[in-house]
Amino acid sequence: MRSIKQYACLGGFCLGMFFLLCSTTGMAQSASLKSSIEKGKTVYVQRCMVCHQQDGGGVPHLNPPLDGASAVKGKDKSKLISILLKGMSDRVEIDGEYYSNNMASHADLSDQQIADVLNYIRNNWSNKVPTPVTPAEVKSVRAKTK
Amino acid sequence: MLRFSVLLLAGCLLASQSQANDTLQHRKSAAIMPDADNAGLKLPTGFSALKVAENVGRARHLVVNSQGDVYVKLSGKVGDKGILVMRDLNNDGRTEEITGFGNYGGTGIAIHNGYLYASSDEEVFRYKLNAKGAVETPYQPEKIITGLINRRQHESKSITLDKNGNIYVNIGAYSNSCQVKDRQPGSLGMNPCPILDSAGGIWQFKSDVLNQTYGNGVRFATGLRNVVGLDWNNQTNSLYVTQHGRDQLNSLFPQFYDTTTNANLPAETMYEMKQGDNAGWPYVYYDPFQNKKMLAPEYGGDGKTEGSAAYKNPAMAFPAHMAPNALLFYTGSMFPEKYKNGAFIAFHGSWNRAPLPQEGYYVAFVPFENGKPTGKWEIFANGFAGVDVITSTRAAQHRPCGLAQGPDGSLYVSDDNKGTIYRILFNGN
Repeated sequence: MRSIKQYACLGGFCLGMFFLLCSTTGMAQSASLKSSIEKGKTVYVQRCMVCHQQDGGGVPHLNPPLDGASAVKGKDKSKLISILLKGMSDRVEIDGEYYSNNMASHADLSDQQIADVLNYIRNNWSNKVPTPVTPAEVKSVRAKTK
Repeated sequence: MLRFSVLLLAGCLLASQSQANDTLQHRKSAAIMPDADNAGLKLPTGFSALKVAENVGRARHLVVNSQGDVYVKLSGKVGDKGILVMRDLNNDGRTEEITGFGNYGGTGIAIHNGYLYASSDEEVFRYKLNAKGAVETPYQPEKIITGLINRRQHESKSITLDKNGNIYVNIGAYSNSCQVKDRQPGSLGMNPCPILDSAGGIWQFKSDVLNQTYGNGVRFATGLRNVVGLDWNNQTNSLYVTQHGRDQLNSLFPQFYDTTTNANLPAETMYEMKQGDNAGWPYVYYDPFQNKKMLAPEYGGDGKTEGSAAYKNPAMAFPAHMAPNALLFYTGSMFPEKYKNGAFIAFHGSWNRAPLPQEGYYVAFVPFENGKPTGKWEIFANGFAGVDVITSTRAAQHRPCGLAQGPDGSLYVSDDNKGTIYRILFNGN
């Protein structure tokens, strides 16, 4: 017969392992998000910065801001992925304003690059969205976009 | 929202209205005190400035009538008003009363032969002015031009008029460089560019005929991507325009251009356009360092290959991307002699130079001698942005957009970011 103490010890060990595992997973995830954000910056500088500017502020009435934008910070990742894949040329109201310039499609970027640049714009300037965009999600939206 | 609080102030000043209706003698600029800080502007010696009004809305172009009343065309309406009428009731040079009419946003506004002309992004209207320069029937305009293309991009319809009963309207190209897919990296140009049939140029219409559209007008000049600033030069009796050059050479064709070349190319350009002239957009762009018209990369160019020499040469070239939004030939007598018949240009300020700092956000002066630009230009009024280095367009507090000459010869500048109307005076010797 094992003593209660032994059970408690085992329980404690298991619980400890559980928390360790959780926090390791958490760390692994945040490290991968961090790496994605870093890679996303390179894509941003090459593809996005000219119109949306270094500070994500956009250009008044021409190119919409990304900093603080509800669509960028929102839960609907599919919509955001779709904008990158298809571009945007419709006259639509964005957070109360209209913008004149067309946005090109960036479908030539890889699933990983699109996930990276979205993680960058969702976690830069005043934007802080811990839920990452994954290449699998981009792949899924891309499949439906065609 | 428009600060109609000025109307309350206006009520207090009604007593002085009869005085305001007097002749121009009472409006002598000598009596006007400039702002202590010259409205935040840096100006040449002898010049001063004041803010006529603030927060009026997105003030695009503006014009001043013979009584000194300022008409401002708003890009977005404030309430149901797309044209503001600003009056100085106590001769302090500033606005005490703002009223308005014109239930449409737009950019263009002009006064010519007893009419006020104003444009939406699709149409041009005119309003008869009475002897005091006031619009008596603001809600019954005559629609003189209709059905002009507006596909979001470069939608402003700027206007000017000549001495022979014609009005000139800019119809901007709804594209950056006529690519098959607009602003798509690597996408080639459509050849011939189909946009040029209905946009990308200046159209001429009659200034007194109702309901004209493309079939009634003449494509006066073509190959102009987007002209926001244009003015009829009465000395040369010809049309001058300022073009917004193309964007994004490096992001669309990174194999030929880097961020620095994109920041510096192509030039913003001023042209004297005669009927039938072609400035070459989208096939060529102007390189101010080589002084050459270069073949656009969408049409086989690589940054080194020249385009056709047949296209019009610019009368003046300016640094890239600064967005010349207004052009005004100065004919007043308030400013020193060197300014007479020269051109003021309001540069709205760039966005396409990133990651390099943005440029422009000032009013420039281009001296003319014997009807030709001397080849030099200078910054005339600076400091609108309120910051020295602009890394992102939104950092600029004010952006010059419109220019007008007052009856006393003072120069008005509108700002379409925060809606400040500036007035620049010369009181030196």
